[in-house]
Amino acid sequence: MRTIGFILYKEFRQIFRNKAILPIIFVAPVIQLVILAYAANFEVKNLKLVVIDNDHSSFSQRLIGKFEGSAYFRLVGTADSEAEASGMIEEDRADIIMEIPKGFEENLMRENVDHIQLIANAIDGVKGGLAAAYSGQVIRDFNREMIETYGPVLISGAPMAQVSISMDEQYWFNPKMDYKTFMVPGILALLVTMIGSFLSSMNIVREKEMGTIEQINVTPIKKYQFVIGKQLPFLVIALFEFGIGLIVAKILYNIPFLGSIPLMFVFTALYMTVILGLGLFISTFTETQQQAMFIAWFFMVIFIFLSGMFTAIENMPAWAQTLTYFNPVRYFIEAIRMVMLKGAGLHDIARQIWILVGYAILINTLAVWNYRKTV
Amino acid sequence: MMASIVATELTRTFGAFTAVDHISFSVEEGEIFGFLGANGAGKTTAMRMLCGLLSPSGGQATVAGYDIAKRPEMVKRNIGYMSQKFSLYEDLTVGENIVFYGGIYGLSRNTIRSKTAEMLEKLGLNEVRDTMIRDLPLGWKQKIAFSTAIIHEPQIVFLDEPTGGVDPVTRRQFWDLIYEAADNGVTIFVTTHYMDEAEYCNRISIMVDGRIDAMGTPEALKQQFAANSMDEVFVRLARPSAVK
Amino acid sequence: MITNLLIMKRFIGFVRKEFFHIFRDRRTLLILFGMPVVQILLFGYAVTNEIKEAKIAILDHAKDEVSREAISKILASGYFILESDLHSEKEIEPAFQAGRIKLAIVFEPGFGTRLIRDGKAAVQILADATDPNTASTLVTYTQAIFLDYQRELNAISSIPLTIVPDSRMRYNPEQKGVFLFVPGLIAIILMLVSAMMTSISITREKEMGTMEVLLASPMRPFQIILGKVTPYVMLSLINAIVILLMGKFVFGVPVQGSVVLLLSESVLFILSALALGILISTVAQSQQVALMLSLMGLMLPTILLSGFMFPIENMPIPLQVISNIIPARWFVVIVKGIMLKGLGLDLLWQETVILVGFTVFFMLVSTRKFKVRLE
Repeated sequence: MRTIGFILYKEFRQIFRNKAILPIIFVAPVIQLVILAYAANFEVKNLKLVVIDNDHSSFSQRLIGKFEGSAYFRLVGTADSEAEASGMIEEDRADIIMEIPKGFEENLMRENVDHIQLIANAIDGVKGGLAAAYSGQVIRDFNREMIETYGPVLISGAPMAQVSISMDEQYWFNPKMDYKTFMVPGILALLVTMIGSFLSSMNIVREKEMGTIEQINVTPIKKYQFVIGKQLPFLVIALFEFGIGLIVAKILYNIPFLGSIPLMFVFTALYMTVILGLGLFISTFTETQQQAMFIAWFFMVIFIFLSGMFTAIENMPAWAQTLTYFNPVRYFIEAIRMVMLKGAGLHDIARQIWILVGYAILINTLAVWNYRKTV
Repeated sequence: MMASIVATELTRTFGAFTAVDHISFSVEEGEIFGFLGANGAGKTTAMRMLCGLLSPSGGQATVAGYDIAKRPEMVKRNIGYMSQKFSLYEDLTVGENIVFYGGIYGLSRNTIRSKTAEMLEKLGLNEVRDTMIRDLPLGWKQKIAFSTAIIHEPQIVFLDEPTGGVDPVTRRQFWDLIYEAADNGVTIFVTTHYMDEAEYCNRISIMVDGRIDAMGTPEALKQQFAANSMDEVFVRLARPSAVK
Repeated sequence: MITNLLIMKRFIGFVRKEFFHIFRDRRTLLILFGMPVVQILLFGYAVTNEIKEAKIAILDHAKDEVSREAISKILASGYFILESDLHSEKEIEPAFQAGRIKLAIVFEPGFGTRLIRDGKAAVQILADATDPNTASTLVTYTQAIFLDYQRELNAISSIPLTIVPDSRMRYNPEQKGVFLFVPGLIAIILMLVSAMMTSISITREKEMGTMEVLLASPMRPFQIILGKVTPYVMLSLINAIVILLMGKFVFGVPVQGSVVLLLSESVLFILSALALGILISTVAQSQQVALMLSLMGLMLPTILLSGFMFPIENMPIPLQVISNIIPARWFVVIVKGIMLKGLGLDLLWQETVILVGFTVFFMLVSTRKFKVRLE
């Protein structure tokens, strides 16, 4: 225990003396939360709509008006030809084109049905898809209105008994559909994961590069003492960052913390032992900081994208879903969102806790085993 | 007198290459043992084995009475080590380095404090206690590194080319420190390629291609090879191998 | 003449040494080439926002023929998987909290009878809106299914005044996420290899003290820098080509425009990234600092603010302004334009000019800084 104390003494001195790392450790979380929370926004609103109205009838005007009135669309202009409208998509001045055919009103009145063309820029597939879905919604609304207004007149014979299902949709845990509520827990996870993995993976390698590791290796210091002494400071830093992150999230975005804050901290500490163990493991088999950094980067990118941080795991193909079971970040994101946004308790995240405990034991054992004092 | 280091047929191979080839020797308590050899002759490999940093491929050795292969941790407890690559933390102060190394050898805070004062006093470096290592001249760093390496009063201290790159005056001062430690009963095992330093040793061995080709007091070796200086002895031994 | 030849020879020797450094480090090399491959596979296959098989729960208070029929319609749609049949409202929240379901549908008591007797009945659609996009997509799907069902019940073969939207997805008919990721991935990999690797590798020479040896040699400082960066330029280009080829042959992402133009623009971007890397190395005193600076100053902005993952138009104004000074932002527009839209320099010259401006500016600043450091 005393020995660990001396290692901690040395590590903290070195960290706090590092004038360059220090601001990064402390400023990074704030910047990340401020910028990321605003930037990482997949919200699809204000889609730029261009209309080619070949009919110029009162029906077509009403349909356009309906689009203008929707929160999802912003009419940015009209075009006379598809070529002209396409040009606007090419230059990113438009997201979606609606072309109303000639004789739209007439066809509707006579044939009861007509088609309109929608062309969405689908380079961003999600955005394209949502643009089409939202248009569908607007058009359905429009249809219903039309039927209500003209329906009884138009339908020959006596008006039939119409049934209608009233739908009441509720958005739980995030009634205002604020994207930040979704992203902030993810950003917190990103923050502690990156800081933890990079700092720890580079740490022991740094001693190797500087040659000081030799000196440590000839001392009677025990492996576990050295490892704990090396890891503990980063655990403290990561928890500190997490704390700052929570404060920023509360003050700036008023993200609701439904669950227990101590539980979040304890869980984060558990998660960090996994991430730091991983960093340590990397640093045991690398020779230079550059190598360590690269390997850490490589795994972190995979872990982060397969974690459900940005895209839901259920949407992934089966093999990728299987891979995510081996991904510690996945369990952290899952649990932290559950606790923070939905108020889940210890019991609800028991599965994630046990998996991470297993992971922590495994990776740290591997790391300590692979760190050799004698070659 | 008891032997501090005993090596018997000690061998280390890296793949097909034999870095240390069945060497045997013993070093007495309080002796200054010079370990000489050209670059690549295998002296660093041999020393790393004796310190428990590298496990031997064959043969055996005891250091301070402990088998290096079986009980490397006990070996480490009883030795001091200073490597040619720099062993103090550049971004810690002199005082902090001593606290750290003293601490991991299990010295108490009080002992460390009094030892630090005593040591800096002796070196005449009182004013640098709170100076960062990176801001010190090389010669000072090495003196401090040596004093730190023996702060826990080890039985044996291993020095791997401790005086590389410093001026003759500082080297002389450094050797005074070594003598003083030896007088206090510490066994000194030192590698060097300065031949004048070889003359300061009680006994020396010369390694060529992984084997010990000559061993004895500087006087005896000079006689054996009919040479005027250690330089000549060394050249006679090392050259033929370089040529062939 | 002879001295020029000598200098050239020396320079080539130096570049060769740098190559040896890189190629000897097999782990880094493996990662350098493995990373783009793994990342594109990941983005292409696993990172998708396409929603299928979302887990839902149904609380059917009615349990009559009509509600059962509606449920079977919902489950037959292919979008949903029934996770559990609930028996009371109280079970909904825990199911959301534990993350078992994304959506819950509640049929009111007597749903069928009411619908037949009064022509009106209500359902509640409850969504877990912690992920707002998924929530709104799922709700939209559900509503569409109910509307279909309602139409069926009304048994009108030809509904009056129906507007049928025909949607076309321009540039990316199958709405694959990989279309959006390929351009962004190229930008990130180029940034990573050219800026981050160079900055760390130059700083490493500084930290190890070998930089002084190089500077003491008769080579000019710019030759040293050139020698250090040449291998990375080549590595980056190879990586970019690998990504393009994989995009085309594995995922069918086309290159509609000119390949030559695309590669030239890539070289331009690489140069600006290199200049940034050199700039960082002149400021940083240790590899760790260089790493942190490139991570926070280059990688994160490139990932977040370049518009490759998160739409720029969704960001608040200050961030939109900041995004203008990020070279990758312009590069992504160029790559998207050339690859997916088949645009030429006539439409992309503005972005190109901006990129040239950045490159020249960063080059000037970094050479200045580098010189100052030497004096």
